[in-house]
Amino acid sequence: MSPEPMIVFDGVEKRFGDHVVLRDLDFTVAPGEHVCLIGPSGSGKTTILRLLMTLERVDAGSIRVGGQCLSHMERKGAMVPADEKHFREVRKRIGMVFQQFNLFPNMTVRGNLIEAPTRVLGLSADEANARAVELLELVGLAEKIDAHPTQLSGGQQQRVAIARALAMRPDVLLLDEVTSALDPELVAGVLNLLRDLGSSTDITFLCVTHEMGFARDFSDRVLMFDAGQVIEDAPPSKLFSDPDHQRTKDFLHAVIDRT
Amino acid sequence: MPLWDWGYAFEVLPQLLKALLVTLEITLLGSVVALLLGLLIAVLRQARIPVLDQLLWAFVEFVRSTPLLVQVFFLYFALPRFGITLSALTVGVIGLGVHYATYTSEVYRAGIEAVPRGQWEAAVALSLSRSRTWTGVILPQAIPRVLPALGNYVISMFKEVPLLLAISVVEVVSKAQEIGSQTFRFTEPFTIAGLLFLVLSYPASMLVRRLERRRVA
Repeated sequence: MSPEPMIVFDGVEKRFGDHVVLRDLDFTVAPGEHVCLIGPSGSGKTTILRLLMTLERVDAGSIRVGGQCLSHMERKGAMVPADEKHFREVRKRIGMVFQQFNLFPNMTVRGNLIEAPTRVLGLSADEANARAVELLELVGLAEKIDAHPTQLSGGQQQRVAIARALAMRPDVLLLDEVTSALDPELVAGVLNLLRDLGSSTDITFLCVTHEMGFARDFSDRVLMFDAGQVIEDAPPSKLFSDPDHQRTKDFLHAVIDRT
Repeated sequence: MPLWDWGYAFEVLPQLLKALLVTLEITLLGSVVALLLGLLIAVLRQARIPVLDQLLWAFVEFVRSTPLLVQVFFLYFALPRFGITLSALTVGVIGLGVHYATYTSEVYRAGIEAVPRGQWEAAVALSLSRSRTWTGVILPQAIPRVLPALGNYVISMFKEVPLLLAISVVEVVSKAQEIGSQTFRFTEPFTIAGLLFLVLSYPASMLVRRLERRRVA
């Protein structure tokens, strides 16, 4: 029998006004699994990450992470929509890296890395600092520890942002088009870093990406999205070479022709 | 009688300088009220708490749409009827402070809204508490960019202190008037009073302008 999944989406629906972004969405991700979400823009991929990061709330259905319910909580024996306090508890296990990096420009690289470990996890300044140094070495930016984010290139900022997310030792790392805002020559460095992380850690990865080459060699499974639903769920070897659905074929043709 | 008597001017200068200290004291304390209360209003309004948000909005609009003089008169003459008696100085500080707080709250709000949404989201993704998100992430980015605008309001407030002569606060202008009505010589005291404001306001606004330029650069 398989272990409990790390992520479970059960009948999730998300609307923005009248627009249904996700409809009756079910999928699971196993612990340590690397899953890439692909599909046309507006198909709801990023919304999935935002729901997991508690930046959005579900309109129907539920989400579980690591055996804990994320979207709902128990109150007086009934399940009710989660409040801010519940979110704060469960989201500690989840980290996210954004398209626009979102480093704190009022802090140095070091400040960005030690902020949450000291404030949220209660690490001492020394412990947090040691962790920051170690992570910056991992992402190849040890010499930038006292730089300000604005002094770094986009690729360097994104590597710092990855290190910042890792400093919280998350079980799940969400990557939201992390190379989309980068100059083309900086993309490979960030993707190689993620490949290294994927093979050296047991973190569960969920990535939204338009880099099909990366999706092919990084992921264990690829989910093809269209109009708020998973239309194909397969290992990359199958999905990229012999997809079942015409919609997937068309999408892959379009993106691969473009690049 | 000469148009300008230097001897007389130097005679009244010390009294006016002493009164200027009162003006500065009210400006300083009033600024503390305006800067802190304005920040509090801006932060509370950002939370968009139902009812409280509407109350704050109504309060800000009310204060901004009525003359400062009426507010000061109300605090000084009407509050005692409700059992609250405040000294003229206290009324001055609270009146100016609260009045300007409604302006500074709008300045802070603009600064807060200029911080990209991604900063809030990164703070959530790192599980930072709400209060730490404000003090560690949002305000350190929002406040520096609105410092020039806040500085301009402090200077305006400084120039509005003389309004308090209406409730007999002895600041520079009321002192000048008092001296003038005793000697029937108004030219020197009022000229000096005006110059004292100029000597302080002008360098202060230069400072604000430099601050503005540095932000742009």
